[in-house]
Amino acid sequence: MNSSNHPTLPLTSFWNDTGKCGVSAWVFSTDHKRIGLLYLYSVLISFLVAVLIGLLLKIELMAPGRTIMGPVTYNALFTVHGVLMIFLFIIPGFPGVFGNLVMPIQIGASDVAFPRLNLLSWWLYITGALTIVLSLFTGGGPPDTGWTFYVPFSVRTGTNVSLAVIGVFIVGFSSILTGINFVTTIHRLRADGMAWGRLPLFVWSIYATAWIQILATPVLGITLLLVVAERLLGTGLFDPSRGGDPIMFQHLFWIYSHPAVYIMILPGMGIVSEIFPVFARKPIFGYKMIAFSSLAIAGAGSLVWAHHMFTSGISDMAVLVFSFLTFVVAIPSAIKVFNWVSTLYKGSISLEAPMLFALSFIMLFSIGGLTGLVQGAAATNIHIHDTQFVVGHFHYVIFGGAGFAFFSAMHYWLPKFFGRTYSEKPAMISWGLMFAGFNLTYFPMIILGMKGMPRRYYDYLPEFAPLNLISTIGSWILAAGLAIMMINLFMGLLKGRPFGSNPWGGATLEWTTPSPPPTENFDEEPVVTHGPYDFNRAGVP
Amino acid sequence: MADIEKDSHHIIRYPKLVMVWVFLLLLTGLTVWVSRLDLGVLHVWGSLAIAVMKAFLVIAFFMHMRYEGRLLRGLLLLTLVTLAIFIGFTFFDLSYR
Repeated sequence: MNSSNHPTLPLTSFWNDTGKCGVSAWVFSTDHKRIGLLYLYSVLISFLVAVLIGLLLKIELMAPGRTIMGPVTYNALFTVHGVLMIFLFIIPGFPGVFGNLVMPIQIGASDVAFPRLNLLSWWLYITGALTIVLSLFTGGGPPDTGWTFYVPFSVRTGTNVSLAVIGVFIVGFSSILTGINFVTTIHRLRADGMAWGRLPLFVWSIYATAWIQILATPVLGITLLLVVAERLLGTGLFDPSRGGDPIMFQHLFWIYSHPAVYIMILPGMGIVSEIFPVFARKPIFGYKMIAFSSLAIAGAGSLVWAHHMFTSGISDMAVLVFSFLTFVVAIPSAIKVFNWVSTLYKGSISLEAPMLFALSFIMLFSIGGLTGLVQGAAATNIHIHDTQFVVGHFHYVIFGGAGFAFFSAMHYWLPKFFGRTYSEKPAMISWGLMFAGFNLTYFPMIILGMKGMPRRYYDYLPEFAPLNLISTIGSWILAAGLAIMMINLFMGLLKGRPFGSNPWGGATLEWTTPSPPPTENFDEEPVVTHGPYDFNRAGVP
Repeated sequence: MADIEKDSHHIIRYPKLVMVWVFLLLLTGLTVWVSRLDLGVLHVWGSLAIAVMKAFLVIAFFMHMRYEGRLLRGLLLLTLVTLAIFIGFTFFDLSYR
């Protein structure tokens, strides 16, 4: 992290913003770009710790029996891996990092609607994150419930579940405030001429995401408080012997946590919708349908939560309805994939690092989405429920989809904010390793699940050994690619060659400002006269 | 921005606020009275109806929603409909179990 003065960058850039200096220039800044970078560093720390834990989990599964840890440690580590990845990396990652960095500039605003609230969101995120970290080393030690905190186990276990869920509760507040901030910003602070039909598709996706953050996150907050109440006061809310209902917990948890999957993936969809037209040198195909499908995914995706509960004892009627609704969500998702592929058709495609990650997104997300339908169908769900199939599917959607979109955005947008860029060749090598390693790691899980290997077990039958070994080796290749990508990216951002104001040839507003942008983003208030992918009228070849 | 300024400065006169408060007290009394009646299935619906009326008064007058533009009213409606769907979908499962 830099102090307030950055000698190698233009004096007008936000890095040279005067006023405060040192750490306080960052942690008390209300500039959306600085807050975005704070989120970047914070979520990447969580991500890298969670990656290391994931590698340990894969080493444990390399061979049957105990390899490097016992079942108790394994339970704790997969829980911490899930909590860090989901609540501290991927949910806050997109809105916190790229929503903050890019969205206000893309709509022509000088900042978000509530800059101080924005800073508070980051502070709440950090407070929640530290509370979660504290929960690992205090009380009964790291929670061992899985990231879903299912009752009755989460109520009975002696591990430090109470403090961990309070941490998640605090992080949830950060998410709600960010959502409120972004919805208000997009409604009120658009530049002259920035009509709804001219909003970049990333902004549409952030808008849809913000609504999910506002509407669904409070349900998670209440649910987690009920778990704490159950643990500390013994209220009996989820205890059938006292008139409670354990399935009620699952309803409440998934009312948030299924839409939360769309908090993770929708911005990723927005990012690749920005990248395809730029790297195919063609206007996006089906702008309105992509924008509409973001809202449709947010809406329909909020009505499918009980497909996580087909084997939990919900009614047959509920299984029927939620299975049907799950298939409905596939329609707007497929609309997006169709439009992205149509955008690429006959385009002048340039295979640079952001594009490679974005193209991988289509393939990996499609595998993730289609394996999701296998689970959404009531009959096949029974066979694969709680197996490695689910773990494979989830990683295809969230890592292969959202994760690769995040890396794509890092290569596409971060040079804009640092004024320097990375080397292309190591970026392409890292992409190749990650893509190969990813599929080697997670595709075997899908097969293992279909063969009956359950999830969340540190041991397995000998017949599952070969595929588990392949998966573990894949995780090492994936990690090597990740390491090369991170080193290349950050070395380049700090010491690489200068990055011009619009080297990619984008037509959205962030490419009309210098790299890095000035404190208030634009030297003059922009007036928008063309659509976000109208390259001709934007004057870029 | 001008709309926000205008809306945020709307002042409700005290007599009207006191009237709303009195209504809320009456509805609270009604809640207590209904709780002592045996209405069978209608018991829950009756109590919910009174609660909805009270919430409406608080939102409309104390939270000034009556004086806001169509956008904010629409957004509030969206959140209420979402909540209703969440509750409705959860409880319909219960009734078929």
